Amino acid sequence: MFQRSISDLPIIKRSLVNRWLQLIIQALLLAAFLFMILAGWIGTPVGNHNFSIVFLWIAWWALLILIAVPLFGRSWCSVCPIPLPGDWLQRGNILGPQILDAPLSQNKASLKSVHARWPKPLRNIWLQNGTFLLLALFSPIILTTPRVTSLVLASMLLLALAISLIYTRRSFCRYLCPVGGFIGLYSQAAPIELRIRNKEICVTCAGKPCYNGSEAGYGCPWDVFPAGLTKNSYCGLCLECLRTCPAENISVKLRPFSTDLNQPSTRLDETYKSFVMLGSAMIYAAVFLGPWGQWKNLAYSLFTPAWFGYALAFLVIILVILPAIFLGLLSLDRKKGNSRSAFTAFSTALIPLGLMFWIAFTISFFFSNASYLGISLSDPMGWGWDIFGTASWVWQPVAQSMLPPLQTMALIGGLLWSAGIAMKVARRFASSPIPVILFNLLATLIMLWLLV
Amino acid sequence: MKSELHPHPDQSKSRSLTRQETAARVVVFVMSLAAIAIPVSLHYSNKQLEIHARIAETSGWDPDVIRLEVGQPLHMRFTSDDVVHGFAVGQKFLDPVDILPGIWTDLTLTFDKPGVYTFYCTRWCGINHWRMRGTLEVGEPVAAAPSAAEPLYLSLGIDLDKPHLSPVVPDTIPSAWKGAGLLASLPDAAKYQSVDYYLTNSPFQVYENLGNRHLSAEQRWAIVAAIWKANTSPGALVEGRQLFAQNCSACHGTGGGGDGVFADDLGNLTDYEDTSQHSIKMPAHLSDPKSILGASPALLQGKILRGGMGTGMPMWGVIFTEEQVWNLVTYIYSFQFEYDSLLS
Repeated sequence: MFQRSISDLPIIKRSLVNRWLQLIIQALLLAAFLFMILAGWIGTPVGNHNFSIVFLWIAWWALLILIAVPLFGRSWCSVCPIPLPGDWLQRGNILGPQILDAPLSQNKASLKSVHARWPKPLRNIWLQNGTFLLLALFSPIILTTPRVTSLVLASMLLLALAISLIYTRRSFCRYLCPVGGFIGLYSQAAPIELRIRNKEICVTCAGKPCYNGSEAGYGCPWDVFPAGLTKNSYCGLCLECLRTCPAENISVKLRPFSTDLNQPSTRLDETYKSFVMLGSAMIYAAVFLGPWGQWKNLAYSLFTPAWFGYALAFLVIILVILPAIFLGLLSLDRKKGNSRSAFTAFSTALIPLGLMFWIAFTISFFFSNASYLGISLSDPMGWGWDIFGTASWVWQPVAQSMLPPLQTMALIGGLLWSAGIAMKVARRFASSPIPVILFNLLATLIMLWLLV
Repeated sequence: MKSELHPHPDQSKSRSLTRQETAARVVVFVMSLAAIAIPVSLHYSNKQLEIHARIAETSGWDPDVIRLEVGQPLHMRFTSDDVVHGFAVGQKFLDPVDILPGIWTDLTLTFDKPGVYTFYCTRWCGINHWRMRGTLEVGEPVAAAPSAAEPLYLSLGIDLDKPHLSPVVPDTIPSAWKGAGLLASLPDAAKYQSVDYYLTNSPFQVYENLGNRHLSAEQRWAIVAAIWKANTSPGALVEGRQLFAQNCSACHGTGGGGDGVFADDLGNLTDYEDTSQHSIKMPAHLSDPKSILGASPALLQGKILRGGMGTGMPMWGVIFTEEQVWNLVTYIYSFQFEYDSLLS
């Protein structure tokens, strides 16, 4: 299988190992993040003229879904500003490892954390499934109301900070962040990975500085021992192990797309993440881009009896109906044996499908709303500024004729990609991939009907 | 092997790390501070008069009271925080200015006379659109002087809220053209042709007054139509129609049938009808002959000036000039009479 270590290229290695580049990006993004909170709160309440809405939910989201995740996996987590204040407080140091009065070898006690480990029953992504669903249910308001976006961003920053004071490492990122959950899921499809080179070196390595930290750097903030990495899901690409490994046994590699998906999922929380993401994309496409205005109104009418009906339908479709149909189709093939392991394993095929559904959905609203970027860049608060002379741009959908072919390609591509994964899983189980392909085909046809 | 790769940091390296750490903290702190401090300071240093338009349920105009000096230009910046609104000042001939969401619109006004002016929304922004009003207080506040011309309904002592149904209505729409000759042939035509007579009598009262002559019902209604036509003009009807379309049709309907776009919304609010005295009253059917033929011009003027107390009908007295109100009154009567080519 093709693999190429890009971290061996001197210029790339220098950029990845040097903390300043990452810190500058993170600091700029933290400033932008704080500015978004501020803009959302004191800027214009008109969403499409407020920086927080336009640059978060149009620019950042599109960048994340169309480029960052499919091509670079968890690259966003690598520069995400949310953990920066918590890391600072936790380590007492912003740039590198905790500064010690004496060499680490003489002062091991000072590295002992006062923080607790994340509770064992919660060391999974069920909470992330929950936080994403929570945001998804309120997204009609969050995505259009600057003050609500501001509150959500501020809450995430404060929650991450509070969690970092109580629990070790980046527990918020790993177990709570609603975005981190799906980035982890879809990062498995990306053609990039951080892995060790030689397991023997790790096994014999004294002190495991990649996990425990050393003078050269801090221990993995994602609570991952790199030697155990088999997929991208939980490696936040903070690159710290690249800096701490005394044997230079860590590398960042290019690889074929969806390499991680060759190992079928075995965890129910990850399986449900696939359904949460797939179902959300389908419901969003129907409610926000479909022709049923009354559904959209329901989604916006928060806390009314009708909205509770919408919320219930939203959750039941995602958490019950879609998995039940999937399971029902799987049960048609009796050779699959243990239905739970088949359920989790075959749900791996939903990962590329869901990713391409989100890409198709995002293409639609990004190109429809891209002209707001110029308006908001010049007048981020909606106060009538014109910093770059683009404030008077008139909203105009862009490249609309290109959307149907692009979306069709994304959806059909996703179907074929997921069929390929289903066939690989089926070979492992010596069973038929047809039920899963059928499920994916039905879902794709629904998306084609809704979007194209 | 480990010690070769990573020797313990010596003192100078430690100092260098500390310097780098300090620099890193400064970078993060300065960038974060700049992201917050610059916009906040710009926001609070802005001294321009900015007026935010919001639907009445949220806040209406903000601010809704503006003070200015006589003869001193007032520069205002408008924006809407929700939907499209419009800005106009009552009784001041000013083209309404559209106020678009997220867009700033500049306007400079100068007032030559002191007084309290009402500004209002000119776009149908919601069911409570008519509540979107504010005041421009020009010059020093003075004790309210009695109005130069008391509205006719007050001097006549007309009870605006008393039912005014016409007991009879014409079988067909009365033709002013047919009635003009009959009116001229009346021995006491001058009485019927006087403006005061027109203003103070309802069409039904005129019809009744004509009852002791040898005239058919159709002829009497035709004379009424001729009198009402004589008291209007093409210009008045055109302005009345325009005012009606801009300000009244959303509730009363373009044809006066009480079926405007907001009538359905008002209907949906009738659930509250029995729970308080503030019952929702559906818009009047201005095309209904029973209702309008029983109302004198003075009564209709009063209703427009004062508004429907306790209903959704706003007070227009501070918005329209007296002439505009009379033009609106003549337009409302035009639903009942055939004026031939007056409104083409």
